[in-house]
Amino acid sequence: MDLKGKKITIHDMSLRDGMHSIRHQFTLDQMTDMSTAMDKAGVPMIEVTHGDGLGGSSLNYGYGLHTDEEWLDAVVPNMENAKISALLLPGIGIVKDLERAVEHGISTVRVATHCTEADCSAQHIKAAIGMKLDTVGFLMMAHMVDEKRLVEEARKMVSYGANCIYATDSAGYLLPDMVSSRISALKKEFGDEIELGFHGHNNMSMGVANSLAAIEAGATRIDASLAGFGAGSGNTATEVLVAVCNRMGVETGVDLDMIEDAAEDIALPIMGKPTRISRDSLTLGYAGVYSSFLLFARRAEAKYGIDARTLLVELGKRGMIGGQEDMIDDCAMEMAKAKGLI
Amino acid sequence: MKINCALIGPGNIGMDLMYKLLRSDILNPLWMIGIEPDSEGLKRAKEFGMKTTFEGVDGVLDFIEEDGVKIAFDATSAYVHGENNRKLAEKGVMVIDLTPAAIGPFCVPAVNMQELLSKNAQNVNLVTCGGQATIPMVAAVSSVQEVEYAEIIATAASKSAGPGTRANIDEFTETTKLGIEQVGGAKKGKAIIILNPAEPPLMMRDTIHCLTSEEPNEEAITKSIHEMVEKMQKIIPGYTLKNGPVFDGRKISIWLEIEGLGDYLPKYAGNLDIITAAAVNIAEQMAEKIKGA
Repeated sequence: MDLKGKKITIHDMSLRDGMHSIRHQFTLDQMTDMSTAMDKAGVPMIEVTHGDGLGGSSLNYGYGLHTDEEWLDAVVPNMENAKISALLLPGIGIVKDLERAVEHGISTVRVATHCTEADCSAQHIKAAIGMKLDTVGFLMMAHMVDEKRLVEEARKMVSYGANCIYATDSAGYLLPDMVSSRISALKKEFGDEIELGFHGHNNMSMGVANSLAAIEAGATRIDASLAGFGAGSGNTATEVLVAVCNRMGVETGVDLDMIEDAAEDIALPIMGKPTRISRDSLTLGYAGVYSSFLLFARRAEAKYGIDARTLLVELGKRGMIGGQEDMIDDCAMEMAKAKGLI
Repeated sequence: MKINCALIGPGNIGMDLMYKLLRSDILNPLWMIGIEPDSEGLKRAKEFGMKTTFEGVDGVLDFIEEDGVKIAFDATSAYVHGENNRKLAEKGVMVIDLTPAAIGPFCVPAVNMQELLSKNAQNVNLVTCGGQATIPMVAAVSSVQEVEYAEIIATAASKSAGPGTRANIDEFTETTKLGIEQVGGAKKGKAIIILNPAEPPLMMRDTIHCLTSEEPNEEAITKSIHEMVEKMQKIIPGYTLKNGPVFDGRKISIWLEIEGLGDYLPKYAGNLDIITAAAVNIAEQMAEKIKGA
């Protein structure tokens, strides 16, 4: 694979996707420490939001230790170069949440829908364009549709005004050739007019490999996080991606030593235990299930005595998508009743 | 003697309303009001013996008195509802608003219909599909003790969510939140909506979490929830308590499934059926009052 001379923008997820692995409990100091270290290391973009995006703090997804605004205030004023983004899932977050986030200093918003529901993003993308934001259409669970459908949905987001489109592997299911075909199809459709991005989860240990496939096919924004801090088995590890890019001659603008130190000295102690591919999180990738279901499935296992893996596979079979965390307990109770456990 | 009704908007919702009204013992769907002469809905309404006009509400105004039209259902859009309502109100017609306009008070018939009737509300609004499904559960808890916070997650099949809902999804979340507070009785509300594209389409699902201010009275709350489910089943038989109530500290969680009647809309579209079923129930309660007077 020859990627020499390509230039990418690394978008760090530690302070948003990372929220999932610690139940949205980042302290303000932790936010400041991690973002400052990344900014100094040259990470150009950092996402800061509740794991489920603006307005995600809830009984359903877990209350954040702080509000999105408090978290933004712990990060934005300390940034010398890095730009800060927020995630917004229509149906969970609303335009008013976005307006507040803009007041607190974001310059990018990523409007995320399930890969077949792009038309639910019109209102939010248009509002973002009105606020002159760098506006990304973020198509989640991109493994669930073929290239043709993905392009159709992307076209809708572009028609509302999105200047960048992501193929988002929320389940960590995709393998490199599947990433390649999806990004290539988007590239063929949009040429150089629209920037393309890839968001990976490491559930099948494909984080870096998939990111390289995406870069080769034309993606220039790549999501990653310190020590892989993210839902499921985590995201593509930023420091590893930077190291591989250095070897391959892909320009990231990120200092390898400094990002390694940020991962090792700052992120890891906060994580408690390192993100790894466990039997449960591997199941997410294997069965194509939304990565943030992991901790919910484990809690349901403890509560109702249904094996987390069995539960995740069942949720996958039932076609559950991102945001349907409420169906995990429901499904566990149904299975437990059938087994006479409750 | 049945009470004559007018239906405005011969789309999916209008058609489903027509089928439900044709079964009613006390309501008679007399007029179907559209704006396109060749629309499928008007054609079908005519086949069922309804009077039709393609001139909008203006086409029916002259016939309100002689036809004794007392109740109208507006299933058009928020943009035209205000005008429709103004014209009908002048003629003394009670209007059930199935659009997001919400110029009248929110009505969830199992919870606050009698109160609205006693206040002589001329126009009532149906909140949202998720609101019709979940607010009764919030009200069941808040009727026992104070609910500090209630949160609902409504999941509908992608196929059952039309372009209007999709283009303005904040309207759903914000309106439902208000309904949870104003009708459900929670001090603070939050609503989340998910559209799931699975094939075959999934039934509508609703999850309700309530946080009580004090320790919950489990026995009284459970009883109140079961009573409300029974009440809802009289309006929409496919209203099912799938799981719960589960008590966890001050948190009470309830999981519902809502199957539609399958009159005109498919059974999985419980989210649409619960709106039409509620609208018919509202009209029946209005009709009882009119007949009583």
